[in-house]
Amino acid sequence: MLNRTADTLARATPSRVARKVRGLSDRGVAWLFIAPTMLLLLAINIFPLVWAIGLSFTNYRANRPNEPIKNVGLQNYQRILGDSDIWIAMQTTAHFVLWTIVLQTLIGFALAYLIDRKFRGHAFWTTIILIPMMLSPAVVGNFWRFLYQPQTGLFAYAVSFFTGIPNTSIDMLGSVGAAPWAIVIVDTWMWTPYVMLICLAGLRSIPDYIYEAAEVDRASPWRQFWSITLPMALPFIMLAVLFRGIENFKMFDMVNLLTGGGPGSTTEVASITLKRQAFESWRTGYSSAFAIILFVAVFGLANIYVKALNRVKQR
Amino acid sequence: MNLTWKAAFAAVSFLSLGTAGPLAVATSAHAEELTLCWAAWDPANALVELSKDFTKQSGIDMKFEFVPWTNYADRFLNELNSHGKLCDLIIGDSQWIGGSAENGHYVKLNDFFDKNGISMDDFVPATVVGYSEWPKNTPNYWALPAMGDVVGWTYRKDWFEKPELQKEFKDKYGRDLAAPATYDQLKQIAEFFQGRDVDGQKVYGASIYTERGSEGITMGVTNVLYDYGFKYDNPDKPYDMEGFVNSSDAVAGLEFYKSLYDCCTPPGSSNVYMTESADAFKSGQVAMQMNFAFTWPGLYKDEKVGGDRIGFFPNPAGPKGDHFAQLGGQGISVVAYSDQQDSALSYIKWFAQADVQAKWWELGGYSCLNSVVNAPGFAASQPYAQAFLDSMAIVKDFWAEPSYASLLQAMQKRVHDYVVAGQGTGKDALDSLVEDWTEVFQDDGKI
Repeated sequence: MLNRTADTLARATPSRVARKVRGLSDRGVAWLFIAPTMLLLLAINIFPLVWAIGLSFTNYRANRPNEPIKNVGLQNYQRILGDSDIWIAMQTTAHFVLWTIVLQTLIGFALAYLIDRKFRGHAFWTTIILIPMMLSPAVVGNFWRFLYQPQTGLFAYAVSFFTGIPNTSIDMLGSVGAAPWAIVIVDTWMWTPYVMLICLAGLRSIPDYIYEAAEVDRASPWRQFWSITLPMALPFIMLAVLFRGIENFKMFDMVNLLTGGGPGSTTEVASITLKRQAFESWRTGYSSAFAIILFVAVFGLANIYVKALNRVKQR
Repeated sequence: MNLTWKAAFAAVSFLSLGTAGPLAVATSAHAEELTLCWAAWDPANALVELSKDFTKQSGIDMKFEFVPWTNYADRFLNELNSHGKLCDLIIGDSQWIGGSAENGHYVKLNDFFDKNGISMDDFVPATVVGYSEWPKNTPNYWALPAMGDVVGWTYRKDWFEKPELQKEFKDKYGRDLAAPATYDQLKQIAEFFQGRDVDGQKVYGASIYTERGSEGITMGVTNVLYDYGFKYDNPDKPYDMEGFVNSSDAVAGLEFYKSLYDCCTPPGSSNVYMTESADAFKSGQVAMQMNFAFTWPGLYKDEKVGGDRIGFFPNPAGPKGDHFAQLGGQGISVVAYSDQQDSALSYIKWFAQADVQAKWWELGGYSCLNSVVNAPGFAASQPYAQAFLDSMAIVKDFWAEPSYASLLQAMQKRVHDYVVAGQGTGKDALDSLVEDWTEVFQDDGKI
């Protein structure tokens, strides 16, 4: 049936087109199929990157296309690196990335360890635990905003119930001290299941005979955990940390929905600062330089980390 | 890969190209249609209703592209900056006028107005300056005033009229519990209601703008700053801001706004703008609410807090009698990148007519045409009409420079840092603001 359709289509092809196609090798046709994707990747990934590097040395503003573009050399980079607000945003980002990774790794691994015990109903609980990561960050941001609402939010009621503090005093998103932790809690709630999944894959990849051998050697469960489970799952844990680190370094949507960077600039992570400079102030050259700095930072850190990961895998 | 499949691949490509062509032709041959871009809010729905008359008269279909306020500026400024053809007509914010005029995004309308007998003298003067002119106070028009708007206040008239509350208030403050005329009075009323039990519910004093992400806290705090003596720059020396933006009066105004935020707003008010403020009022949480006048028709119709339960008053005056209100609202412009500029201009011509403007007001839009707002029955036509008229008489607007976004962003940060996050002092915040704004104008080559 398929061949018949192909024959029909072949017959319908004008002879001039058919002649040209007939001259192509299998490799040529393969390139023909790949070419659109390659071109698209070049157009939407590589070209913008090269273009942004070029713009980062200029005073270009996208909202003033008629103004002459001046080359300003390294001035944008100097201004960014000397801007205290940028450094505060970087510190906020570092706080967010560090604490979300610590909490997600600890809780994610603990959950994976529990799920791996294969207790009764573990498949059901695995599905329940995975639900948060299936939601859109926009949805999560919005409903946590309601949950954090001091007067009507469930979070404030729960804290009030356990601590006796009046719920109207628990303003997680409006308090300078609590807001950075409020976004850490939401991100941890949402992405711990993802870390758990990767850790679970790691735990399930450890062959049973290693544990059997350890038991023959009368190793205690604690000893088995430290000498077998953790070292063998470590590459997976490190991979999860890498993925979450890169993702959270560029966190934007959830923070924007929860706090908009506030109160004040308390939760203004680097990507929010970048967006404000690029698409609100329209300092295109300046924000391109900032984007390049962020890119180099993430790329550099990720490279160092991947080398460490490879060393761990080779052990 | 055999030859049959190669030929099939070529045939599919050929057929795809063959069908795409006629489709493209079919699209371009579609009946004439104009796209109007604006924010997604109540007046936009009224405009959809109003525009049906235009379609009936002209045969031109109207398509609407409405974006929520929080993304409105981002979305449409991106569109204009990229010379996009999405919008034929745009109702752009008043602060965009400088950038849109200087960067060629809007069509200049002077010749069109002259040719069609549209006179800017027929519109409320403040709206012409605010929505149409660039440079300000020069007869260069880039928009037709479309939607008059201004920050004002609503209050719970039913609570204010409760005899027991009236008595208690008079005993405490020696005056009647009524809509405040000054900010000191407003704060007293807010303190009076804060945490009080009214009809079995705990209520709070006032809801004010504190939003951080877009323009919220700036649109709120300026109402107080103007009244306390804040000025954008030296009236005799443009862009000279030292001692005007951060004068001792302006610092006192900023400190007052913070004290109002600290004493008298409901818990969780750290990121409040139009929607949140209206929600606080509609849910019966607050005695008074700061908000743009466009929200008033909807609130008046609200079953729970509308009708006889709601009252309206203009922004109160400052301690020295200065009396201003933050201008909102927009003008309608023709986008310079539109392929249908003639049809778009015909829409503006239709919209400028007196009878259309009268219907615009009836449907819930705020007309800026003198013949509508000065009509004998206008003040009594709606319960909020008088407050709107009084408010429009005292308007003042934020910078409308091409760099308005950078200026706005700096103010959002400095004010929010102080008012909501409680970092530094009011003087620090305004001193820093002068530094930020000076840097922006230096970058622009204006100083």
